[in-house]
Amino acid sequence: MSDITTENRGSKNLFPFKIKVEPRLDEPKGWYSALLSFLAVVVALLVGAALIGFAGGDPWASYKHIAKASFGSVGVFSDTMVKAIPLMLTGLACTIAFRMKLWNIGAEGQFFIGAWGASMVVLLPVLPEDAPRWIFILTMLAFGIFFGALFGFIPGFLKAKYNVNEIISTLMLNYIAVEWNNYFIYAKWSEGGFQMSRMFQRNAWLPRLADYAKEYPIFRGLTTHFGLVFALIAAVVIYLILYKSQWGYEIRLIGDNPHAAEYAGISIRRNIVLVMMLSGALAGLAGMSEISGVVHRLQGSISPGYGFTGIIIAWLAKLNPFAVVVVSVLFGALILAGREIQPTGIPTMIQGVIMVCLIASDFLLRYRIYFARRVEE
Amino acid sequence: MDQINRNEDLERVVRMQGIVKQFPGVLANDHVNFDLIHGEVHALLGENGAGKSTLMNILSGLYKQDAGTIEVHGKREVFSSPRDAIGAGIGMVHQHFMLVPSQSVTENILLGLDEPRFRLNLATYEAKIAEMAERYGLHVDPRAKVWQLSVGEQQRVEILKMLYRGADILIMDEPTAVLAPSEIEELFRTLQSMTEKGKSIIFISHKLQEVMEISNRVTVLRKGKVTSQGIPVEGSSRAELARLMVGRDVVFRIEKKSREAGEVVLSVKDLKATNNKGIRALNGVTLNVRSGEIVGLAGVAGNGQRELADVITGLRKADEGQVVVQEEDITNQSVKVGINHGISHIPEDRTHVGTAPNLSVTDNVIMKNYYQNPVGKGWRIDSTAATDYARELKKAYEIMVPTVKTSVRLLSGGNLQKVILAREISSLPKLMVAVQPTRGLDVGAIESVQHLLLAQREAGAAILLISEELEELISLSDRIYVIYEGKIMGEVKDGNIDKIGLMMTGTQLKEIEEGEISQ
Repeated sequence: MSDITTENRGSKNLFPFKIKVEPRLDEPKGWYSALLSFLAVVVALLVGAALIGFAGGDPWASYKHIAKASFGSVGVFSDTMVKAIPLMLTGLACTIAFRMKLWNIGAEGQFFIGAWGASMVVLLPVLPEDAPRWIFILTMLAFGIFFGALFGFIPGFLKAKYNVNEIISTLMLNYIAVEWNNYFIYAKWSEGGFQMSRMFQRNAWLPRLADYAKEYPIFRGLTTHFGLVFALIAAVVIYLILYKSQWGYEIRLIGDNPHAAEYAGISIRRNIVLVMMLSGALAGLAGMSEISGVVHRLQGSISPGYGFTGIIIAWLAKLNPFAVVVVSVLFGALILAGREIQPTGIPTMIQGVIMVCLIASDFLLRYRIYFARRVEE
Repeated sequence: MDQINRNEDLERVVRMQGIVKQFPGVLANDHVNFDLIHGEVHALLGENGAGKSTLMNILSGLYKQDAGTIEVHGKREVFSSPRDAIGAGIGMVHQHFMLVPSQSVTENILLGLDEPRFRLNLATYEAKIAEMAERYGLHVDPRAKVWQLSVGEQQRVEILKMLYRGADILIMDEPTAVLAPSEIEELFRTLQSMTEKGKSIIFISHKLQEVMEISNRVTVLRKGKVTSQGIPVEGSSRAELARLMVGRDVVFRIEKKSREAGEVVLSVKDLKATNNKGIRALNGVTLNVRSGEIVGLAGVAGNGQRELADVITGLRKADEGQVVVQEEDITNQSVKVGINHGISHIPEDRTHVGTAPNLSVTDNVIMKNYYQNPVGKGWRIDSTAATDYARELKKAYEIMVPTVKTSVRLLSGGNLQKVILAREISSLPKLMVAVQPTRGLDVGAIESVQHLLLAQREAGAAILLISEELEELISLSDRIYVIYEGKIMGEVKDGNIDKIGLMMTGTQLKEIEEGEISQ
């Protein structure tokens, strides 16, 4: 009844068996899921190799170059991590929202507003220019998180109160965020007519490994900044919320079956607002860490779409906060090294192929495929 | 003689014989015979699940029968799709309309037809449809968009759709269920005018009054079997039809200890509420349930049972009236307030409301106490305590599942219901609202669910049992209320199935008793 039988009619006489697909009636083991993801990446790389070959390149050499350019030395690995930090945070932002089936497509906008909020501390200025570094960083952190959360609150409130589709509202708010930022870098905080603010003074910079090169020479030239600590703490916090807390239980229950949640007396509206705010806060934190750790000024091109890549990362990590960290590093590597082979094109295509393969592999988690001998009817 | 027989055959526009349809676990139609005479309204009467819709879905080509024959206009037909059926002149108007809201009436009617082929000359078709609507008294503007129409008008569009396709046999599946009283009158006038113009109509319903009013003959189905085939409505009494519909099966008695009922736990006063479509579903319901008794609520589905359960448990707002639990007014309070007042709820829909399919057994059993000791501690959930709790319940309620980590979507219906019961009973409820607790379960599971309910009665809980299974209601309940169109028709204490049947089809208990006296 419930099983789907796929038959290749054309090959009826060629193969004495048929492929049967049926839903799994048991839970697959944990390692099976991991193995499947790994194999999916391998398949994707093979497809990518074919693509590179088709484009006239040498797949082996390209892959070797990608690996070398992203993991080949401490220096480049550090650069990979710099790329991975904002991805981790936006990936976590999407993870928590998607867990509740709240489709926050607005991590990009929340990232920009978080960056703007953090810049305000320096540029408005909120603090005197010579305030101690730790006060600067904590204040910028608080501002980034606060404005990100505020920007998440808007679509959350609209959905909870008026049932406005959050996909549309968060998507549109992205444009507002970018233009809001543009207004400030063009008009308010523009440095000498350039479309960027002035460089932040050093006490508003997140510490980098390179800053400690004097004490530890091995850190010389390493750009990895303190944002990594924020991201890792955030991953742990999101893990604790999702799997260990009562709030996380509510989120998972609403995500799986809102009717059941309502029946259990859980307020869905309240959680929509709170989860959107948490999601926005994480994306805002990503913006703050990027502005204070890497860019050191407010400008237009602070994000090559970190917020959108966060969506993909959350999906690929199967909404698991620790997997988000790992996937982000891989994507950071692809972004960094991909640019070395071709500014755009093949590397982006490989990203896409990986995603398709991983999502397709989900099918095997849900269904069993086996070969059955064809019985003559 | 021969001549007469042939005339009779010509008159019979539909003749279904020995129709059998088996679904997994249910014999939906068991050698059903049915015939329809030219120009009549023939009612198909029966409870939910009696097999009315299955039979008509077979006639309209949606299902294929396992055995039996269909003759239309004296010709043997085998339908493999609704298109075939409409080709033979049979059109079905479903209970749920199948219209595109953003398109106009005309566009909806033309949808799926071969014409117009290339140029959409709407004006011509609009005129055609307007003329047809005029002829049958189906007043609707062919240019109006469907979303602008009332439910009654949308139904007319559905009828027009069938007429436009050349249907001369119309199947109406519970057409009055969605209509307001004034719209029902208009529908009946339309049906009348259609039969006068030579159409034949099959009218599916479980409302006796309407059946008596509109139809010429009636066929009654009960549990997939015909209990009376094509008897004329004139000359049959409501009581007789009600009995044919609900049957007179020997009620199996369950061992039930006699027990004095205690104080009133739930008291519902003059409750009014609307359903999801904004139509009044509860029209002043008053009832009470005392501790240590099972009170049944009988009624054909869709007469306000679900809404009543929702309002009591806090899932739906009441427009008027009161819900009092243990002398505290909890009308229109949140679900959590209800839970904290000791209300437990076995919902009608196990998979869509009662459980979260992709979460584990553990996560599903802690749904209502995740914030309380010992599972909830401070801000967190003690996963060891939760697992222990789930394991305990798994053992006590004999939930057949490898581990408590298994997702509940992998559980059978009976085991899923045990998960819900385990959760709802272990909270030691003062009041239990059980909606269709045994529906769709196998015999063994039904028995264990019933025993669990009786054990709760022993323990002193007040139980409101809402069910469409009359036998179950009668054998489990101490008293039974009957609900019809959002009103309580009366209360029986002796399980008199005739009275229940009459009340379920819309007769007040008072009227029944008056009738008995006058007889």
